[in-house]
Amino acid sequence: MSTPARTRRSGTHRMFLRMLLRASLVRRGRALSALLAVVVAAAVATAMLNLYLEVQAKLRTEFRKYGANIVVVARQGQALPADTLSRVQATLAGRGIAVPFAYVVASASDGSSIVAAGTDMESVRRLDSWWGVSAWPSAAGQALVGSRAAAVVSPQGQAFDLNFHGRSIHLMAAGILTTGAAEDSRVYLPLEDFTAWTGVQPSTIEIAANGSAAQVATILQQVATAVPGAEVRPVRQIMEAEGRVLGKTRSTLLAAAALIILTAALCVLATLTAWVLDRRRDFAIMKALGASERLISGFFAAEAASIGALGALFGYGIGIGAAAWIGHANFQASISPRLSVLPSVFVGSVVVALLSAALPMALLRRVQPATILRGE
Amino acid sequence: MFPRLVFESFRRQRRRKLLAGVAIALGVAVATAMIAVATNIGDKISQELRSYGANLLITPQADTLDVEIGGVDLKPPSDGAFLKEGDLPGIKGTFWKNNIVGFAPMLPVRANLGAGGQSEPVEVLGTWFAKQLAYDHESFVTGVRTTNPWWKVSGAWPSDDSSDVLLGRDLADKLGRRPGDRIEINGQLHRVAGILTTGGAEDAQVVVPLQLAQQIMGRPGAVRRVLVSALTKPEDALALRDPRTMSPAMLEKWSCSPYVQSIAYVLQKAIPHSRVEPIRQVASTEGTVLTRIKGLMLLITVAALLASALAVSAAMATAIFERRNEIGLMKALGAANFTVASVFFAEAALLAVLGGIVGFFGGSLLAREIGHSIFNSQISVQPVLFPVILGIATVVTFAGSAVAIRRAVRFDPVYALKAEA
Repeated sequence: MSTPARTRRSGTHRMFLRMLLRASLVRRGRALSALLAVVVAAAVATAMLNLYLEVQAKLRTEFRKYGANIVVVARQGQALPADTLSRVQATLAGRGIAVPFAYVVASASDGSSIVAAGTDMESVRRLDSWWGVSAWPSAAGQALVGSRAAAVVSPQGQAFDLNFHGRSIHLMAAGILTTGAAEDSRVYLPLEDFTAWTGVQPSTIEIAANGSAAQVATILQQVATAVPGAEVRPVRQIMEAEGRVLGKTRSTLLAAAALIILTAALCVLATLTAWVLDRRRDFAIMKALGASERLISGFFAAEAASIGALGALFGYGIGIGAAAWIGHANFQASISPRLSVLPSVFVGSVVVALLSAALPMALLRRVQPATILRGE
Repeated sequence: MFPRLVFESFRRQRRRKLLAGVAIALGVAVATAMIAVATNIGDKISQELRSYGANLLITPQADTLDVEIGGVDLKPPSDGAFLKEGDLPGIKGTFWKNNIVGFAPMLPVRANLGAGGQSEPVEVLGTWFAKQLAYDHESFVTGVRTTNPWWKVSGAWPSDDSSDVLLGRDLADKLGRRPGDRIEINGQLHRVAGILTTGGAEDAQVVVPLQLAQQIMGRPGAVRRVLVSALTKPEDALALRDPRTMSPAMLEKWSCSPYVQSIAYVLQKAIPHSRVEPIRQVASTEGTVLTRIKGLMLLITVAALLASALAVSAAMATAIFERRNEIGLMKALGAANFTVASVFFAEAALLAVLGGIVGFFGGSLLAREIGHSIFNSQISVQPVLFPVILGIATVVTFAGSAVAIRRAVRFDPVYALKAEA
């Protein structure tokens, strides 16, 4: 390439940039309203996409309130090996809660059979948050008495005795437990008290594993390998229902997101089209002065693209804020910003902006500059 | 003159008007669809949540304590009280019959399973699979297939009138039986219709039609407990109050809301000598999940309304901005600002009504499509919504036009006519 040609080219570039900048600075109002449209659309799109990606995790934490999704049970007629709980906890490594349960059929002072259970009160409180408990036991010798069991052993909330194989234990009723199911007929006591009294080791470990269906399946596999002496099985009732509800919610959200993003894109299209059409006189002057079609198209395209890009960046910030607010208002939990949303919002905004510049350009190209300049 | 101005503008600028109308129709359609989905999502999701199983448990009032560990009933079978099978269809005769998705009686018994000469004790569970019942000339089908949808059978479900059985998966593995084989329960041969997988205690049990279990136990018509799956409303402060301490007005509101507690209250009255308790694991968690999803959809609907409003106002602003020449001409001919504005507002109103009608029907179709493809059921758009949507469309169109009209009217006619905007 020869030197004069290069000079001419760089001169054209500088002119191009200057026109681009002046165009938005001189007619600030119109440029701003176009930018605003892009910002709002990008913000809505960001918020919806972020929400769509995060809602699954947020709802999963709600679903975990249903309790265990994996149970580890001893093979028939045996107790779990003593180190099972620590092995399960090592395998989980913070990906869930594991709670041991030990059961015996004890007899109350009137001779009736009653199931006594030993468990870790602190963990069960987190695992089975649906348990209706009037007061949790806080000291040794205190028990949680199921609402139906209470009517038998401790109608006035007084202390009571339970017998198992000739050994008895004296318990205080710390609180009443209501679940509407089998737990109502049981007496729950701290595991240490329970083993000291009966000598029976836990036979069941209930696990609430966090994560997606695939992650839970992996945890299930890992736990099964870690405790070969026991049977590990999924609670299908919980897992299947969760999958169904989550799937439907996500599909609905996706449909809503698609509709809303479409509407927002239309809004940008309308505003930007008007903005370009509005500048047909610039177009005509450029053309009259001898600018090529390509140059003019490039100019408008560059202008639209920069508005799209700028709007996408601002909109992303605002959208992240909106998603965080929704997370806070609805789930009482923070929604972390997803950087992975940015590229699609960015590209989407620029494409819509270019599209809205291309439509009026196609119209204007057919018109003689003189007609426009005469104001017809 | 006024109607003619409006009319001519529609006739001459057919394409521009069409564009603005389409924008309004689209905005209204999205808003309508989202409102319809948001108002229906509660029902749809609570229907889906029913796959968690029963949320109410009916037990005999005079029952002794359950002696149950890991889903296995250790209570001597003759112990305790029973409900009457004959009372159960009455569940469908209560005030909440339309909220009851299904119910299934349960009767656990112990029996001897003969296998190759020797016999061993096994837990047998009697229940309804998909029992045909009638109450008050209304017939319906209910059983575990409705209440426990996670029960999977390979082979076939037995008929409730037959003496075929389902074999739990673990038990079937142990005995080496397959669907179509025969097993001996208490000396009688029964055909294995299918192998049952539940992930619970039933995997090691034999599940049989209710009348067969009653026959094994020797107590015709007896039922130990009944699982009821009902559509409920999330609990709130009112739901948890004791009905005995309520004022009459409050009691009426309480008993007319499908709280799990008020359904339990009605069922307890309908089934003699019964005690009905909400199963808290399902009932209370269901409430929180439902509230969250409903809240989410509500917020999203607001976002959809906002996006629609913006799209409509953008379209209107564009349409008006392009007509500065006309405005300049009108003003130059002596029209007052008010007259000019009212012409444009009349046009906007006409557009809003037309676009609103098209959008409402489009949105209804859209909502129906969403309901069909996601939930496999109808999402209905309340006709009450129509005037509301039309009102919203008009307000939004006016608001969107107002800024543009104000700017256009204030513009100096000289510049407008010279097209030097």
